[in-house]
Amino acid sequence: MKIIVCIKQVPDTTEVKLNPETGTLIREGVSSIINPDDKAGLEAALRLKDACGASVTALSMGPLQADVALREALAMGADDAVLISDRAFGGADTWATSSTIASAIRKIGGYDLIITGRQAIDGDTAQVGPQIAEHLGLPNVSYAEALEIEGDTVIVKRQFEDRYHMIQVKMPCLITALAELNEPRYMTPGGIADAYRNKEITMLTRADLDVEDQNIGLKGSPTRVFKSFTKAVKGKGTVVNLEGSEAAAWLVERMKEKFIL
Amino acid sequence: MIFQLDKEHELTKQLFRNFAETEAKPLAQEVDEEERFPYETVRKMARYGFLGIPFAKEFGGQGCDSLTYAMCVEEMSRVCATTGVIVSAHTSLCAEPIHKYGSGEQKEKYLIPLAKGEKIGAFGLTEPGAGTDSAGQQTKAVLNGDHYVLNGTKIFITNGGVADIYIILAMTDKSKGNRGISAFIVEQGTEGFSIGKKELKMGIRGSSTTELVFENCIVPKENRLGEEGKGFGIAMGTLDGGRIGIAAQALGIAQGALDETVAYVKERKQFGKSISAFQNTQFQLADMKTQVEAARLLVYKAAWAKDNQKMFSAEAAMAKLFAAETAMSVTTKCVQLHGGYGYTRDYPIERMMRDAKITEIYEGTSEVQRMVIASGMLK
Amino acid sequence: MNNQEYQGVFVFAEQVDGNIAGVTYELLGKGSELAATLNTEVTAVVLGSGIEGRANSLAQYGADRVIVADDPVLATYMTEPYVKVLTDIIRQNKPEIVLYGATAIGRDLAPRVSARVHTGLTADCTKLEIQEETGNLMMTRPAFGGNIMATILCPDHRPQMATVRPGVMMRMDPKAGAACKQEVYEPVNLAASKNVDILEIVKKVRKKMDIMDAKVLVAGGRGMGCKENFKLIEALAEALGGAVAASRAVVDAGWQEKEVQVGQTGKTVRPNLYLACGISGAIQHLAGMEESDLIIAINKDESAPIFEVADYGIVGDCCKVIPSLIQMLKELK
Repeated sequence: MKIIVCIKQVPDTTEVKLNPETGTLIREGVSSIINPDDKAGLEAALRLKDACGASVTALSMGPLQADVALREALAMGADDAVLISDRAFGGADTWATSSTIASAIRKIGGYDLIITGRQAIDGDTAQVGPQIAEHLGLPNVSYAEALEIEGDTVIVKRQFEDRYHMIQVKMPCLITALAELNEPRYMTPGGIADAYRNKEITMLTRADLDVEDQNIGLKGSPTRVFKSFTKAVKGKGTVVNLEGSEAAAWLVERMKEKFIL
Repeated sequence: MIFQLDKEHELTKQLFRNFAETEAKPLAQEVDEEERFPYETVRKMARYGFLGIPFAKEFGGQGCDSLTYAMCVEEMSRVCATTGVIVSAHTSLCAEPIHKYGSGEQKEKYLIPLAKGEKIGAFGLTEPGAGTDSAGQQTKAVLNGDHYVLNGTKIFITNGGVADIYIILAMTDKSKGNRGISAFIVEQGTEGFSIGKKELKMGIRGSSTTELVFENCIVPKENRLGEEGKGFGIAMGTLDGGRIGIAAQALGIAQGALDETVAYVKERKQFGKSISAFQNTQFQLADMKTQVEAARLLVYKAAWAKDNQKMFSAEAAMAKLFAAETAMSVTTKCVQLHGGYGYTRDYPIERMMRDAKITEIYEGTSEVQRMVIASGMLK
Repeated sequence: MNNQEYQGVFVFAEQVDGNIAGVTYELLGKGSELAATLNTEVTAVVLGSGIEGRANSLAQYGADRVIVADDPVLATYMTEPYVKVLTDIIRQNKPEIVLYGATAIGRDLAPRVSARVHTGLTADCTKLEIQEETGNLMMTRPAFGGNIMATILCPDHRPQMATVRPGVMMRMDPKAGAACKQEVYEPVNLAASKNVDILEIVKKVRKKMDIMDAKVLVAGGRGMGCKENFKLIEALAEALGGAVAASRAVVDAGWQEKEVQVGQTGKTVRPNLYLACGISGAIQHLAGMEESDLIIAINKDESAPIFEVADYGIVGDCCKVIPSLIQMLKELK
């Protein structure tokens, strides 16, 4: 069985802080990680590799430094890695991104299962996975809380707000994974050494992909950013240094003033 | 000379940092207070190959360099010095001598399971009457046909009682002094080999430190490590490598203490401001950071030297000497910067100070390190 | 694509088990505003099986027209049949705007529809307005984990599509007795697009009040120290007549269930009172609660970002303040 796992390198947005004076983001010193939903998808693929010898290809679209995320995937046990990178792909919205990735997957070919994360912690759209499935004409099941292979089908526990569905879908298909799917394994030191010394990351540039200019990059994006801004910093409230019962008393007074009590 | 970790080592350090923070740190206080061996962490480390980092894949290891191994001990020790020394003693003192001096059969039988973490290792040199004067071995090994009979006691043995495989030094020919000492591989459960007293210690309290008792213990001849009479050289060579591990442990403890303290002084307010605003605090932090960085360079260099130079005793000794003294002075200052809270067990800093002390003592006291460094200079 | 050909505001009226989802009414409210500016109509599109007769409730909340697609294959949500029907309806009707709830359904359906129709989709919008000069929809959403806001346009493709999280937009006051036109859409050969089988549907037993409905929320973060300390949060919530909520860190640590998680990957809440205890205020968390009417924060760390959004803040130990607060509230009763 051949599995392609799409991963994205993202800044650890939980570490990003706002500079309260300027209202701008402090991005320095924020580490880059494999997007958590994607990492769970990768772990799911690796478990299938452990269980039945599936081959796992890690795929990422991004700038050259996304190389580190792919090395991490290799160090965890992926068999090979592909980086889609080119200036021409920059500024892409989800349509252009999914078109680009779909063309790369078409080029790789021979897959049974594609796994993506549900959403990335920087873009937070949750769109690229289903859109890739649409471009490739594959069925997709999103929000996978659990997944199992049965013959030539995948059985997915598909999460909804107040319930779940057990869904059976025939391969080839695309699944989007939730971080809850599993607890990803660590890399091994030997795996990291291997990833850097013995493995090559296949680079795919614009020239390597069969995709129209009108579907890639900034020009190929139906949506565009009109403006971006940091949220109006709400006027700072009143903060006091009080302990125990004094603090409680002060709060009770404030809540009375605001008609909460 | 390159003073920066390459991408491979950077990613590996990150791996160790993440693992330590997620697996070892949450247990560190409990491991210390209950004096319990962190089996669950050790099992996980074994699973990810952390117990065989510097050994080739053919021996079940990870095929990495000594620097990678040192970084592992450093990062584990940064959150839990007990976990750090478990890795260090196992790798440097037990697996490494088999790797360096063992026969093909011995590597097959012992090194592979050690490197895979299926078995834990320990090293027994120290005796009640032979500490720094390690040549004064009293434990005897008498050859009797196809086996040796061991009699004697070892004390202060790290991983004692939890280890499956022990490197034991014993006197095979008293008349030859140093040249009459031999090394043996002794398995736990061997008849005549028992675990004696378990030490109650000031620090690294989760580390199992015990007495080993040999009473007519039968050790097969093929378990002798290296030639008869070469044991002392094997022990000294082994300790050279072990020193790098302990230096890394000390470095990790110092860094951990510093990190905790930086966070604390930002949070703690006195006289209407964070104590980090006071110049004394800032100067203390600056001095400590400089010491820790210097220690790091010595430790990493020693690790590099082990892989790239024939002799690395001086580098290892300097690294251990400096890192251990840095760990002790940094943790002491850090407790001070925590004030009264630093003396309580609510904060990890007092444990770090208690843990630091042993790095100046075991695997060769700081005095021994000075002897090694000076003798190298005065040849 | 000639934008002039596209007219009308469509709302995907999500329903589960025959019940219209709350977010649908919120979208109809917003949709009505947008339609008024554009001088056009709001159409609600409902897919399901045996769901005829929904028109009235949708009309009361702003729908001028309802299109109903009723087919056994649509009884339970499945991606491709829903995508096919909705895409066909969009192609036939050429709306200029389509709105969806950013729910577990909407966030699967909308992307695939947008790809099939080849148009732009903007997720999790917090603000929707019409650009005066062009009549284009301006879609504002958080990005970068909620650290930045971005206003997105879809100038050259139609329809312009957006998803909106439940609890973000306001539903209008219902117009009693309102009615509207109903159209029936007959799906053809839907079984052909059914590429999955639903083996089982399992509902989660929900004992607690949904935090999105609560007027008062007492939320605990990792600063509470341990799972046991959440008893204080529970007691305070009870004393205030509210519900317990939690930060992501707490849910990840297993101290609370995911249903009570507030934040970027949890729920967006707008209670009258949000009491944040031991929560540092990472941007992802703030994104889920900063529209609360009144925010009170208790945290040991003076520099915790939560104090930037709190109306009132106590720099102190939650485990000491909360018990005192509970005591005082009891005495007041």
